[in-house]
Amino acid sequence: MKRHNIQLDKNGRLRHFLTIEGLSRKLLVEILDTAESFSGVAEQTIKKVPLLRGKTIVNLFFESSTRTRTTFELAAKRLSADVLNINVAASATSKGESLLDTLHNLQAMHCDMFVVRHDRSGTAHFIARHVAPHISVINAGDGRHAHPTQAMLDMFTIRRHKKEFAPLSVAIVGDILHSRVARSQIHALTTLGVHEVRVIGPETLIPAEAEALGVHVYHDLREGLRDVDVIIMLRLQHERMRGALLPSEHEYFRRYGLTGETLAYAKPDAIVMHPGPINRGVEIDSAVADGPRSVILEQVTHGIAVRMAVMSMAMSSHASLEGTT
Amino acid sequence: MDTLMHLRITNGRVIDPANGVDGVQDICIADGRIHAIGDTPAGFHTDREIDASGLIVCPGLVDLSARLREPGAEHKATIASETRAAAGAGITTLCCPPDTDPVIDTPAVAELIRSRAAAAGHARIVPLGALTQGLAGASLSEMAALKEACCIGVSNAGKPITNNHLLRCAMEYAATHGLMVFLHPEDEWLRNNGCMHEGAISTRLGLPAIPESAETAAVAQQLVLIEQTGVRAHFCRLSTARAARMIARARYDGLPVSADVAAHQLYLTEMDVADFNSQCHVIPPLRTQRDRDGLRAALTRGTISAICSDHQPHEPDAKLAPFSATAPGISALETLLPLVLRLVDEDVLPLGDALAALTIHPARILGIDAGTLTLGAHADVCIFDPQRYWEITPATLLSRGLNTPFMNWEFKGRVTHTLLAGKIVHEVP
Repeated sequence: MKRHNIQLDKNGRLRHFLTIEGLSRKLLVEILDTAESFSGVAEQTIKKVPLLRGKTIVNLFFESSTRTRTTFELAAKRLSADVLNINVAASATSKGESLLDTLHNLQAMHCDMFVVRHDRSGTAHFIARHVAPHISVINAGDGRHAHPTQAMLDMFTIRRHKKEFAPLSVAIVGDILHSRVARSQIHALTTLGVHEVRVIGPETLIPAEAEALGVHVYHDLREGLRDVDVIIMLRLQHERMRGALLPSEHEYFRRYGLTGETLAYAKPDAIVMHPGPINRGVEIDSAVADGPRSVILEQVTHGIAVRMAVMSMAMSSHASLEGTT
Repeated sequence: MDTLMHLRITNGRVIDPANGVDGVQDICIADGRIHAIGDTPAGFHTDREIDASGLIVCPGLVDLSARLREPGAEHKATIASETRAAAGAGITTLCCPPDTDPVIDTPAVAELIRSRAAAAGHARIVPLGALTQGLAGASLSEMAALKEACCIGVSNAGKPITNNHLLRCAMEYAATHGLMVFLHPEDEWLRNNGCMHEGAISTRLGLPAIPESAETAAVAQQLVLIEQTGVRAHFCRLSTARAARMIARARYDGLPVSADVAAHQLYLTEMDVADFNSQCHVIPPLRTQRDRDGLRAALTRGTISAICSDHQPHEPDAKLAPFSATAPGISALETLLPLVLRLVDEDVLPLGDALAALTIHPARILGIDAGTLTLGAHADVCIFDPQRYWEITPATLLSRGLNTPFMNWEFKGRVTHTLLAGKIVHEVP
């Protein structure tokens, strides 16, 4: 009952970008290389290339977001596309219009690409399966499932600093269970062939059979950080801080917070990453977040080039689709 | 009402597991009942003869669980539409869980369902009454009145009772009235709003997950209460191998409990959800391959004695949403026999045992007089061609629900005739 990979067109090129899982190393490297070629655009006086002129991109956000939505918008504008931002509060759809109705309406307005964020896992796949063939879907985060552009901008940042993936040990720290970012990072890192991916957190925040993702599980922060090249801290959602999963943010910080002391267990040139927004004093100490090893703000900058790369690649595959019909 | 015919089914291979019958014989039916098996009695006048050469003739199937959607969700299906689909699938008796809207917690609702079924005339319906009022798990239903209204047992359907004191009292009260309790073992807290099995696939997909313990913890608690109260109890829709083993141990220790499994649990696993396929969204969830194999083993050992459809028809929109927002359930009446015949082809079960799991065993669990071709029994008969290939398509399905993960599968074994009390309710030309 396995369907073909709906992310790829029949020539194996990117048509939708829904998850890292199932994509080849070659394609991921192509995304990184394309992003590299776009990263100069922002430094020019005219920060635009005409690649997507005349195309309409809809940012369809069913869940609030500042950073991701803004960088998608900037990326689209730098590619000269027209951008429509739609924030659909979850309640608006539950009041009547179904997700599919919303999509069909937007489709009727002749849009070319949907950038979608939704709080339910699998929404981007669902949309990709039901849109007209000329529309590309980019997943900007679906539930706990995937956030592939975030993962790729993280890979871009890692490559900028470390050049090669193969020798790296990477530690991902925190709430792996609920994190779409962690899932996409793990797929990207293993596809790009890093030496080792570790996930670190209390058992309550590690998903079942996590090892099947190709990672090593650590419950002790210091042990897990020993000699790693890259540390990725995850955001701890407020609603998880007290209850069945964790007793308190205080205890969490004591056991899993990244401080100058715990950072010292990693390699001396290890970089510190975080997808943002950060909880200072919960998962990361301010001194580390703002310190010399932190590349957190660079990640944000790189987000634009990576999203430009993904959008232009997906759109060029559907340009060729038009050519063949 | 048609006058009841004298009917003769000739040259078919008659399999009646309840009576240990398996051989080519003729069956004579008169006045809605089995009149003779083997030689036709002298002077038997035949209005209609069915030539069953090359076909298998068995008791009409008894399905332990089918949602008919009426009353309350007629936009999904109706008693008329689903009993018609049942007839097409060789099913003559359907057990209807009490989670209709309104709930079957008053005699009026039970009577409404039975009268609608009688009016449609395609299949018998035996309703289960609600164990608690409104299935809310807060107060006992009027079980004695429900029993008088022909509810053959009581159940809280898929709504877990979290208050064990109340569950204990409900069991005691059901035992008082000689009612069997049908339990859906699920711990609501451990389920934690999950929508698929907790394991490697849920981890990959990031879907809220249901651990194995959501079922096993409930089975453990319920076994303790069954033993204490002495109620007759049946476990519905097992999904884990471990729960089946726990029930096997309890049976070994002398606790008279029974269990069933939905046919899809014997084929599908968590792997089938791997691309967010909402047609595979079911509760209890599809588990691992080990669980599937364990359920098959429990079936061969007799721990699980019945296979049911767990039919849950839906309108197309119910499945058109992101996975966790879709309604769980499969439209399954018409895949019940074909899936079970596949078990026979795969050498999991001999044909006689497979048919027993669809006829006499569920009938005994329900405590009803059905599922046999005993002389004098209601002539509920299923005749099928074991060699005939056919494909499940929207055009071949009779159910209003087209929600099946088996769409476009090719199956071997097609029902050709279904008789309900001696009347032909389905016939393939």
